[in-house]
Amino acid sequence: MNTRVRVLILTVSGLLAATAITGYVVNAHGAAAGDSPTGSIDLGTAGRAGKAGAAGTILFRDTAPGPDFGHVASVPAARPDAVPTVSSTLCDRFYAAHGTAICLRRGGALPATYASVLDHSLHQVRQVKTAGFPNRARVSASGTMVSWTTFVQGDSYLADDFSTRTSILDTRTGRLIDNVESIPLTLDGKPYHAADVNYWGVTFAADDNTFYATVRTGGRTYLVQGDFRAWTARTLRENVECPSLSPDGTRIVFKKRVNASANRPWRLYVLDLRTMRETPLAEEHSVDDQAAWLDDQTVMYGRPRQSGGDWDVWAVPADGGGEPRVLIHDASSPASQDGRS
Amino acid sequence: MYISSARVNPTDVAASQISSQISENSAIAVGSAASEDSAPARPRAAVAPNVLALGSVSLVTDISSEMITAVLPMYVIFTLGLSPLQFGALNGLYFGVTALVRLAGGHAADRWQRRKLVAGSGYALSALCKLGLLTAGSSVSALGVVIAADRTGKGLRTGPRDALISLSSTPETLGRSFGVHRALDTVGAFLGPVVAFGLLLANPERYDTVFVASFGIAAFGVVMLAVLVRDRTEAVDRENPVSVGAALRLLLLPRFRRVCVAALLLGAVALSDSFVYLLLQQRLDISAEYFPLLPLGTTASYLLLAVPFGQLADRVGRIRVFVGGYAALLCAYLMLFGPVGGVVLLLPTLVLHGVFYAATDGVLMAAVGPMLPAHLRASGMALIQTGQSVALLASSVLFGAAWDRWGLHAAIALAVVSLAAAILAALWILPLAKESNT
Repeated sequence: MNTRVRVLILTVSGLLAATAITGYVVNAHGAAAGDSPTGSIDLGTAGRAGKAGAAGTILFRDTAPGPDFGHVASVPAARPDAVPTVSSTLCDRFYAAHGTAICLRRGGALPATYASVLDHSLHQVRQVKTAGFPNRARVSASGTMVSWTTFVQGDSYLADDFSTRTSILDTRTGRLIDNVESIPLTLDGKPYHAADVNYWGVTFAADDNTFYATVRTGGRTYLVQGDFRAWTARTLRENVECPSLSPDGTRIVFKKRVNASANRPWRLYVLDLRTMRETPLAEEHSVDDQAAWLDDQTVMYGRPRQSGGDWDVWAVPADGGGEPRVLIHDASSPASQDGRS
Repeated sequence: MYISSARVNPTDVAASQISSQISENSAIAVGSAASEDSAPARPRAAVAPNVLALGSVSLVTDISSEMITAVLPMYVIFTLGLSPLQFGALNGLYFGVTALVRLAGGHAADRWQRRKLVAGSGYALSALCKLGLLTAGSSVSALGVVIAADRTGKGLRTGPRDALISLSSTPETLGRSFGVHRALDTVGAFLGPVVAFGLLLANPERYDTVFVASFGIAAFGVVMLAVLVRDRTEAVDRENPVSVGAALRLLLLPRFRRVCVAALLLGAVALSDSFVYLLLQQRLDISAEYFPLLPLGTTASYLLLAVPFGQLADRVGRIRVFVGGYAALLCAYLMLFGPVGGVVLLLPTLVLHGVFYAATDGVLMAAVGPMLPAHLRASGMALIQTGQSVALLASSVLFGAAWDRWGLHAAIALAVVSLAAAILAALWILPLAKESNT
């Protein structure tokens, strides 16, 4: 091969690759611009019947392949298999309650997670930029308190291990706790300090001050109860992850680590906060989600299909009985908007 | 155009003489290798075209592979719905595969004396894996196979590629050659994430555009390798064929063995990068959103210093510079405990961390090249690279255990003391005298 042949081969193959890549990317761009969803969702407060998102709906993140993927959508709670109304709002993790929504989205030229607080019509009212990947999001029942968790690569020593970062925002006062880790912690009744504490999965009580979350330290996870105004936390119990408080405030649904390996590691349990008795739910698949409550008797959660991908939202009775059922196909991040709120 | 890739290589002769302590007949191989070299050696010559070609291939390939590395966690966790735990397991599972394939790749390249072919297969396999990501869809097992194949490709190509760099370069400028290669490689690592995030900004959620672009770029890299890189074939003595035994007996070469032992020892006590960034973040209270920029500081410093440190290694001795790199790392650790803070802490620490890479990564390969007989060079390089990656894994496990048991600060103190002790031990073990190139 002489130099001219080499130059010719390189030029032709270079142009070929560049043309193919450009064609594919431009085509993808055109497809995206063509049929992006534009449905109108209103989280509503009381008495907005007739509009999507009003009394008795379930909001979720649509994961149907195609233009709707990743968009916030809504179905009536009475007919969760109805064709969803899909909004233009894109989120990786979503939750909403009483006219306030939290949308976590990874993006930006220097990739970060953007935690956006949205109003009832899904318009952004505040945005906080944070590190890591979107993980958990929650809004208190009153719509006042908001919390989100990201998992951060590189915060932890072993490269493939993720550590977490959890923030709490009081939308009434604007007070933002960027990283909950600073909270004075009482572990098993004794003041505790360690560099490796990690918090995730906050859920709020009706007083908008008490919250529950998971803390991990020294390789163990605990359920903690926190006091936002006093800024203290204490552990209640071991092996509780991603707690979610029931609407009546009496029980917590959580994922419990039941298997040390990465294969089917978690199972959903419900903990009665009065008796501190826990009950395994009928869902036998491993669930890696902060579940939400559909009503006082039923919890719902995202579950990937057998093959590993493609989420559906499932529901299962909270008393340990019954059987899990698919609530919404191609969905994750469910949030029930009951008519009373 | 490629005359300079065929040169008299006196160090090969020296290495083969050492190896003749093991195999009496290797002088025949040396004789025939020397006879094919006709062009006169030019000291202080520019970097060989073959090294530049390999560097360009690495640059293009690294753009492609770093594009994937940058978006894979997000794609796997949010588009495919795997839990972070599953992703971690998927990612960590193939370590053993890579180590074995690396050894096999080095060995195959030597056995058939087809270094370009073996390296090229590795590049091609990794390129195909980018398309595999498209077709694997959301199947965890298919994704596992694709990631394993991609690692296999990377494992296959590293040893033969470094052997080609080493064999294509004049012995006096080995350090500079590896420096140039690593600098080009690092440019690619810089550009990859930029290209990937640019594509995702233009088309949110369309990870397929990243995979297709990554495939196109990687395929172009394979064409570049095929067209621009010239293979080096060393004559092999029929009575002393390249065998697994011969490759393992490289460890009996006194100088090479000492370097291997010292490199493993140092690797096992040097902490992985994320640790340095974690400490920097804790000391400086760096806002979390800027945390991902810290590795870029190290990369920039590595990129700028790879060539100067390669040249320094050529001048004052590669082994000395290699140990010096670990001393720089120790200084970086000590800075983290020192009294200064702010930019005065940040910049020197990242620069020292970059110095560590510039003085150790390519320089070690430049140092061991002349110690290895030419026909076994890929095997030997794969051997020491595998050892280093095992040592790195060991350091992660050891440090993790120490952290668990005694807490972070005690673990750090232990790490600093161990590194200082390992440097002293390495100074005692290593052949520190400057390499005789002439």
